[in-house]
Amino acid sequence: MTAVDVYLQQAINGLSLGAMYSLLALGFTLVYGILELINFSHFNVFMVGSFIGLGMLELFGVMPNGAALTGFALVGVLLATFAVTMLGSGVLGVLIERVALRPLRNIRGPASMITTIGVSYVLFNVILLSVGADAKNFPSPLPSVSFAIGGAVLRLREILIWVISLGLMGGLTYFVQFTKMGKAMRATAQDPEAARMMGVEVDRVIITAFFLGSALAGAGGLMFGLYYNITSYVIGFQAGLRAFTAAVLGGIGNVPGAMLGGIIIGLIEAFASYGFTAFGEHWLGAKWADVIVFSILVLVLVFKPAGLLGRLAPNKS
Amino acid sequence: MQADHKAPLLEFKAVNTYYGDLHVLKDVNYTIGRGEIVSLLGGNACGKSTTMKTIMGVVRPVRGTVIFDGQPIEKLATSERVKRGIAPVLEARRLFPRMTVFENLEMGAYTQPRGPQFNEDLERVYSLFPRVKERRNQISGTLSGGEQQMVAIGRALMARPRLICMDEPSMGLSPLYVEQVFDIIQEINRQGTTIFMVEQNAAMALSIAHRAYVLQTGKVVLSGTAAELRENPAIKEAYLGELQVPAAA
Repeated sequence: MTAVDVYLQQAINGLSLGAMYSLLALGFTLVYGILELINFSHFNVFMVGSFIGLGMLELFGVMPNGAALTGFALVGVLLATFAVTMLGSGVLGVLIERVALRPLRNIRGPASMITTIGVSYVLFNVILLSVGADAKNFPSPLPSVSFAIGGAVLRLREILIWVISLGLMGGLTYFVQFTKMGKAMRATAQDPEAARMMGVEVDRVIITAFFLGSALAGAGGLMFGLYYNITSYVIGFQAGLRAFTAAVLGGIGNVPGAMLGGIIIGLIEAFASYGFTAFGEHWLGAKWADVIVFSILVLVLVFKPAGLLGRLAPNKS
Repeated sequence: MQADHKAPLLEFKAVNTYYGDLHVLKDVNYTIGRGEIVSLLGGNACGKSTTMKTIMGVVRPVRGTVIFDGQPIEKLATSERVKRGIAPVLEARRLFPRMTVFENLEMGAYTQPRGPQFNEDLERVYSLFPRVKERRNQISGTLSGGEQQMVAIGRALMARPRLICMDEPSMGLSPLYVEQVFDIIQEINRQGTTIFMVEQNAAMALSIAHRAYVLQTGKVVLSGTAAELRENPAIKEAYLGELQVPAAA
């Protein structure tokens, strides 16, 4: 592989990671935009989503190292798996809001945020106790088709992740921009009291935000499994923290910002993981990826606290 | 324009509200007749905005009843009140700043079905405010204060309200816009919508209102027709300032 091929390969990897981070970041941003709440349970909704996907694939008889599916069977299995995973994760998000967060809605201070950390650990331990601590092989129904671009390899799984992510993000953008509920969500994010006085039922808006955000996180978790062929109860924290960084980088509360932030973080992670060669030595590398990603979080917070596309909230006194 | 004062559209009966321990409205009674413009006068922090929030259901009374169109509404959700025909023009406009003018009008019609009726209401708003039509695709946060006030009033009209509650419609507007806004308020009233208006600019308010209430530290201390209040020495001194008294309406 030439240097160009290596960087092309890292760009392909980065875009795939980035697509997953974007989907996950959208959930942080949707909920933050409306409630100004950082929802740490979102980390593990992503993780639970990957297990729902795993369960569905096993139900369809897709086995690790088994025969790949083709044609309608492949499309059908993928569609059904994504639909059930997203629905299940979405319902999980709504339950979290209904059971753990709504009773605290009118309490000022960090109570709600701390509660989301608690919920996150509950999900973490429920999965740990029910499936065990070892990483699970994630079966993939995808045939191992790949294309060579120069010396770089573009696999079917990457194309699948890009297409589905683009579709979901396009769908979300359409929903937020053009539907009645989407407009109610934007209005509520901009001025909750005024939105309420237009007749918007704010509880329904909040439930919608949790459902959509969690469904996207579930899709992200399923993609994680299909991409790495593995899942485990611990995947939520690292992916979640990176996606949260993406949301902050893009401007938390800002939907296009979360998408952009996710892609940037994915690319940074991929390039930092490979590193570069200079002065006869190889610099950076996989163990530096987190240092770089989270340094970026700190730098953004210091120099552009509102994020790339965000704006500082006006004082809502 | 003579309204049927015997069948009130909105009534407050001995309403008491609190913010925590702070007693804001104290046994307040209002009666707003169908087709009236009623103005609520008073200094800062006397409970004017709380009155508006109580009507909209953002603040709930601890004791007392709010009656709209013959039915108690004090326990209803805000959205239900909007559906029944109460729409707000909020203090400082409170448009959705990053949505377009048109989207703000759509939000005003949130409880209304989409269809011919929506288009009819939209045309009505555009004919009352040609400027709003010109600016319909602009992000509302970029409009001038006067233009924003027109959108805010248009947004309220999109809800097909029977009662519009206006909180300080003249606040922060240049004198030219104040005149325009008050002309429009009268025009909307002539078209059949009842108006309950909180206003600091007592001279303007009394020039278009039929009746008014004066609120002081949460209590109604004075009420009467606008003409009576304009001649009341206490009002002249406290709210009008001799030079501002307008010629008889």
